[in-house]
Amino acid sequence: MQFFFEVLIGGLLSGVMYSLVALGFVLIYKASGVFNFAQGAMVFFAALTFVGITELGVPFGFALILAFGAMILLAIATERVVLRQLVNQPQITLFMATIGLTFFVEGLAQGMWGASVRGLEIPGIQDEPLEWMMEATGIGVSKFDLFAAGVSAILVVVLAIFFNKTRVGRALRAVADDHQAALAIGIPLQDIWRIVWAVAGLVALVAGVMWGARNGVQFALTFVALKALPVLIIGGFTSIPGAIVGGLIIGASEKLGEIYIPPFVQSTFGIETSLGGIEGWFPYVMALLFLLVRPEGLFGEKHIDRV
Amino acid sequence: MQLAQTAAAAGTPYLNINNIEVIYDHVILVLKGVSLQVEQGKIVALLGANGAGKTTTLKAISNLLRAERGDVTKGSIEFQGVRIDQMTPSDLVKRGVIQVMEGRHCFQHLSVEENLLTGAYTRKASRADIKRDLEMVYTYFPRLKQRRGSQSGYTSGGEQQMTAIGRALMAKPTMILLDEPSMGLAPQIVEEIFEIVRDLNQREKVSFLLAEQNTMVALRFADFGYILENGRVVMEGDAKELASNEDVKEFYLGLSSAGRKSFRDVKHYRRRKRWLA
Repeated sequence: MQFFFEVLIGGLLSGVMYSLVALGFVLIYKASGVFNFAQGAMVFFAALTFVGITELGVPFGFALILAFGAMILLAIATERVVLRQLVNQPQITLFMATIGLTFFVEGLAQGMWGASVRGLEIPGIQDEPLEWMMEATGIGVSKFDLFAAGVSAILVVVLAIFFNKTRVGRALRAVADDHQAALAIGIPLQDIWRIVWAVAGLVALVAGVMWGARNGVQFALTFVALKALPVLIIGGFTSIPGAIVGGLIIGASEKLGEIYIPPFVQSTFGIETSLGGIEGWFPYVMALLFLLVRPEGLFGEKHIDRV
Repeated sequence: MQLAQTAAAAGTPYLNINNIEVIYDHVILVLKGVSLQVEQGKIVALLGANGAGKTTTLKAISNLLRAERGDVTKGSIEFQGVRIDQMTPSDLVKRGVIQVMEGRHCFQHLSVEENLLTGAYTRKASRADIKRDLEMVYTYFPRLKQRRGSQSGYTSGGEQQMTAIGRALMAKPTMILLDEPSMGLAPQIVEEIFEIVRDLNQREKVSFLLAEQNTMVALRFADFGYILENGRVVMEGDAKELASNEDVKEFYLGLSSAGRKSFRDVKHYRRRKRWLA
């Protein structure tokens, strides 16, 4: 039982890391109806820029601010060069544009900072088990994972307040619902897009720093975005809490699946299996099941049809 | 305000559209020289059949046209004596010109109250001011107050039309371009909405340019009317005169004193009329 809880908690906490990436997708999708394929590239870009700046001798906090500045610039440039030209084009056009953007941003990041793998340390936070927890219950919970969960929780609360309680947040949701109507009541779409891409950039920065600290800052960070897809399908593309819950479900289920599916298969079917790497595909199967049962995800906005 | 006064002194109308031509996608000519005026404090009806160019005219004024690959290629549009044809919709809203689009276009996933609040986006008003204006909208549309918390996608068509008008009011406009408010609504609700439009016109001094297929209702509430056909103004006049005009009765109100006519005769007659006009 102890072991089960250790796996479960580890899974939930690692799920939070997926949620961080999924959040960036949700933001842009919510506000502009665009599925931003480049979110993974933005995570990579942010992390690499941040590490690059710290390597110049800039202290941690200040480097974060500078890297956020870089993400804002990226957002403004994206709006100017890509989005503005494609207003009122079909969704698929915008989606293709973000695919193009992905490769450009990846190239830009490596061009500026080099392609070598770098380490990233968050001062004071190590990936080691919490001692008192270990002593009291025998369950190992990583300090780093807890820290990541805390950061995500703060981020979610801040974003939820921003979206639901502020004038700009409301405008963002309005634009998501109906571009044209938003334009008609005088909401300038360009400003809104710049803001939302900048916020998505901030989320990418946080995700990039967390993932970078865990796995090193390297090109593979861009693939993290692919793990965010099942999270989005389960949680719903338009829901911030959905991204979190989806992340938790994916994190927990993939870890539990990895541990418990092979013995289960062995005992019930009596087959000697070398089943492994379940983590790699299990989330996608989960997502597929969700698509069949609840296509809008757990917290996604229902498509409203008046009959 | 000062601007308005000087404009009025010079005898220029509040909103002046002078011989505009609109082309979509660089090839499709939709408006072929439309001129119309709205005087301050009036309700002006823009009438005509499907595809006559009513919506395009309104969108040319509010400049939502650009987002649909349309372009005003000739003529000019002036509001309070200032050219507005190159301004963004956002600038126009700040100047007091706002469009309520055909088909309501409420933000479906926002609550009714949130919808109204988005209308105040362009204003740099204090919370207290916005709260007061919200109450003002609720006094005109008491029904919206009851439904303030519901997601507007789940409200009725009439309520959505009210939300759309209320949302526009939150921007404190002086000129509302109202596109097809009666669309898909029960006659009773249409009546209710037009009553409110008249109220707003009289009490809040908002001028209206309203595009409508429902000629009978529109002429009853309007001061002046224009009839569009195939991208041209074919008739204009005082609303009462238009309503009693034999041709209008025949073609748009479906009332005829001379019994039924064959469609071919009508077409011929219309064409001749147009040339004479």
